[in-house]
Amino acid sequence: MKFALFLGCNIPARVKQYESSARAVLENLGVEIFDIREFNCCGYPLRNLDFKAFVLASAKNLALAARENLNLLTLCKCCYGSLKKVDHLMRENQSLRDEINAILKKEDLKYDGGLQVKHFLTVLFHDVGIGSIAKRVTKRFDGLNIATHYGCHALRPSKIVEFDDPVKPSLFEKLVELTGAKSIDWKAKLDCCGAPLLGVNDELSMRLMQKKLKDGKESGADYLCVACPYCQLQFDSVQRMMLEKQHTNTQLPSILYPQLLGLTMGLDSTSLGLDENQLPINGIMKYFPEPEAEEKEEENEEKEDK
Amino acid sequence: MFFNVTLYIVLTIFGVGLIYKVSTWFRYNIGIVARDISTGERFAAAIKGVFSTFFSSRILTLLRVFLVDVLLQMRTLKEDGLRWIMHMLIYWGFMLLLLMHALDKFITSVLFPDYQPTINPFLTLRDLFGAMVIAGIGIAIYRRFIMKVPRLKTNSMDCYAIGIVAVIIISGICLQATKIVSYSSYQSMVEEYTTMPEEDELKALEAYWVQEMGMVSPTTKGPFNKELLEAGKEAFEMSCAECHAREQSAFLSYGLSRIIKPLALGLDSAKIPILLWYIHFLACFIGLAYLPFSKMFHIIVSPLSILANAVMDDETSDQANIATKQIMDLDACTHCGTCTTRCSVAIAFEEFQNINILPSEKLIAIKSLARGKELSPDELKLLQEGAYICTNCYRCTVACPVGINLQSIWFSVREGLLEKGYPELSVLSQLSFYRGLMQRKIVADEYREPLQEAREAISEKCELMKAKEKPINVTTASKKLRSELSLSSQASTFSVCFACETCTTVCPVVASYENPQEALGMLPHQIMNACALGVRDLAFGSNMLWDCVTCYQCQEQCPQGVAVTDVLYELKNLAIKSVKLTLATK
Repeated sequence: MKFALFLGCNIPARVKQYESSARAVLENLGVEIFDIREFNCCGYPLRNLDFKAFVLASAKNLALAARENLNLLTLCKCCYGSLKKVDHLMRENQSLRDEINAILKKEDLKYDGGLQVKHFLTVLFHDVGIGSIAKRVTKRFDGLNIATHYGCHALRPSKIVEFDDPVKPSLFEKLVELTGAKSIDWKAKLDCCGAPLLGVNDELSMRLMQKKLKDGKESGADYLCVACPYCQLQFDSVQRMMLEKQHTNTQLPSILYPQLLGLTMGLDSTSLGLDENQLPINGIMKYFPEPEAEEKEEENEEKEDK
Repeated sequence: MFFNVTLYIVLTIFGVGLIYKVSTWFRYNIGIVARDISTGERFAAAIKGVFSTFFSSRILTLLRVFLVDVLLQMRTLKEDGLRWIMHMLIYWGFMLLLLMHALDKFITSVLFPDYQPTINPFLTLRDLFGAMVIAGIGIAIYRRFIMKVPRLKTNSMDCYAIGIVAVIIISGICLQATKIVSYSSYQSMVEEYTTMPEEDELKALEAYWVQEMGMVSPTTKGPFNKELLEAGKEAFEMSCAECHAREQSAFLSYGLSRIIKPLALGLDSAKIPILLWYIHFLACFIGLAYLPFSKMFHIIVSPLSILANAVMDDETSDQANIATKQIMDLDACTHCGTCTTRCSVAIAFEEFQNINILPSEKLIAIKSLARGKELSPDELKLLQEGAYICTNCYRCTVACPVGINLQSIWFSVREGLLEKGYPELSVLSQLSFYRGLMQRKIVADEYREPLQEAREAISEKCELMKAKEKPINVTTASKKLRSELSLSSQASTFSVCFACETCTTVCPVVASYENPQEALGMLPHQIMNACALGVRDLAFGSNMLWDCVTCYQCQEQCPQGVAVTDVLYELKNLAIKSVKLTLATK
């Protein structure tokens, strides 16, 4: 099982812990990763401005992966949505395909469709499988309530993105429950995090986020769980910014899914980057059942005896 | 005399140029960093920064970085092996020539008291270093002019840099080659260095030089008999060998001398060696005098930038020093194009055709801006757009071989440009996400203003939105809008909308407002109607377009299969394109 890893722009610059934790988890599960240095922006942030620039940027990535004959694995839901959309366009729309390929030709590239674009979560769920992951889980959370945040651009438009049932998705819940945590039911689960409007209309962006945080908190969540750098930055950095401005007292920290899963696999906390989150998530360790704590105490006692 | 006078003039120009350029590091300012800090304060901060770094453990960092990134240039190797070979060849070849050959009076003679340029190993080394530079230049020319890397731009300064180095080295090698074959050079050597009264001995020596050293004599020609050559060899060893190795050691110039051998006498009588000597020295002098103003200035500044970059960062360093480093960084740029090759959005240049999207070119425009050059409003708008079309992925900064903190420059310049008040429509895209994250670094009013200006620039062009009572005329213009909405096949689906309002009902943005119409203008289903009617102003002029969070709820739930979000995307594209045109021609 081998994929070209598509990181996009945000992760290497601002959410490095997502990359390191995802790599650690994938390695643990035996998923092989190939890095293509020439990958560029997925096109998503250009889409408001210029349709063709959006398609071109995305298609170049698809062409690069196609040249290596590898399917794409994205960590970002917005990258995922864009690449899926452009993959669809390049397959369905011949005149557009010709136009884009004429430009790509200058870089000796070409894309005619035929790749599979996958998200980290769908690779785990469909390609690796719940059973195989479960075998790698060495300790399970107990009493931890997680609010799963699906992310708009993974779920919709469902005909294009083919992620999961857009109305009643369950893939993420199942992956979260593997870790022993309880995936709670919450009304705002499928709503937007507000990130697409940050910097454009902050007030609205934060209002959308706050609505989610409030609902998550009221539904009994201890943590949010996400698998997208935009959502993570919104729930982490922007929530912190909001707390600092004291717009809200509702604090609901967000953990990236590979961090959550990695912990139950016993992966080391440096590669999971637990300290790199803006809102601390180390408290999640207390949801691991007692035996370990007892062991530690025993160790300490032994040391003291010595 | 001529030589010395010229040298002093050149050194003066170089020195004054150097002082002038360094002074600009403290005087110039780009963007919003440390605008209120005076030149004096910046100078003081720099001195303080340098001293506090030298007398701290960070000196070890500097030493390591100097070895790894300045001398071995590992940052370049990480990017591109071929370019590393190219630059190492030119850098080391040229530096060693400079130290061993050009500054031989001050360095080589001091280190090696027996030094003569004509003995080995110096004679061989000189050609070896020259060969390294020529090989490097060959790769540079191949990369710039033959390889055709997409979006790698080559400007006149790049050509100058390659040209001046090439002229210096090639003229030096030609000079040496013509001297090898030159009879008059031989004669002056004999006059100066030998004390041979015997006609026979002189003849033997000349025969030896013709046979063994490649000299071409108008009178003495081979083949020579063994005895004569033996005698010549003896004379050579007696009078010359001590300070003149065999010419073959200078393998490049000797090789060249074999090629020009048939023309030797003509070249000599035309005094070509003297001409080449002038070319060689003048090229060196021009290169030196012009150095502070040319790309070659990077020889001095790039190591400084690399070192400063290793011990500075945006968060903890003195803002005065960051402003100074930003200007210094502009001089450190070698226009190598690494940033552009690694840029995440460089591909967008193919569509926008704005050269300022490419980091390496953006930096050149910023240099003009820093120098205080008056840019026309159109130039400023293009630079502003180029600075905005950036995903802030830091790849340029991570990759830059000379350690320029490009990201920090982009941020500062971008905000500085936005303050000038030209509406930048790109702020209404998701590229603004980074700006939102960084807002604590921007004055609150300056943060909000560009967003308002962009919206106003668009709504200004949509008169119908303002005059709600005005009857709407559905005529020719209407067809145009409808036909334009066809970029992706989804966008034309608006025509099957039957106004059930599901899109508006499920929209989280609409749900966020008590009086959505007041805040958003047209709501999603109304915009679909405006499209069907082809009323441009109503379709473009609503806040709804720019406040759409692109969550696709509307599109997912539309019973008619209208691709509502996709239509909104395309309307945004069209609105930006048409308003941008009117802004440019204003």
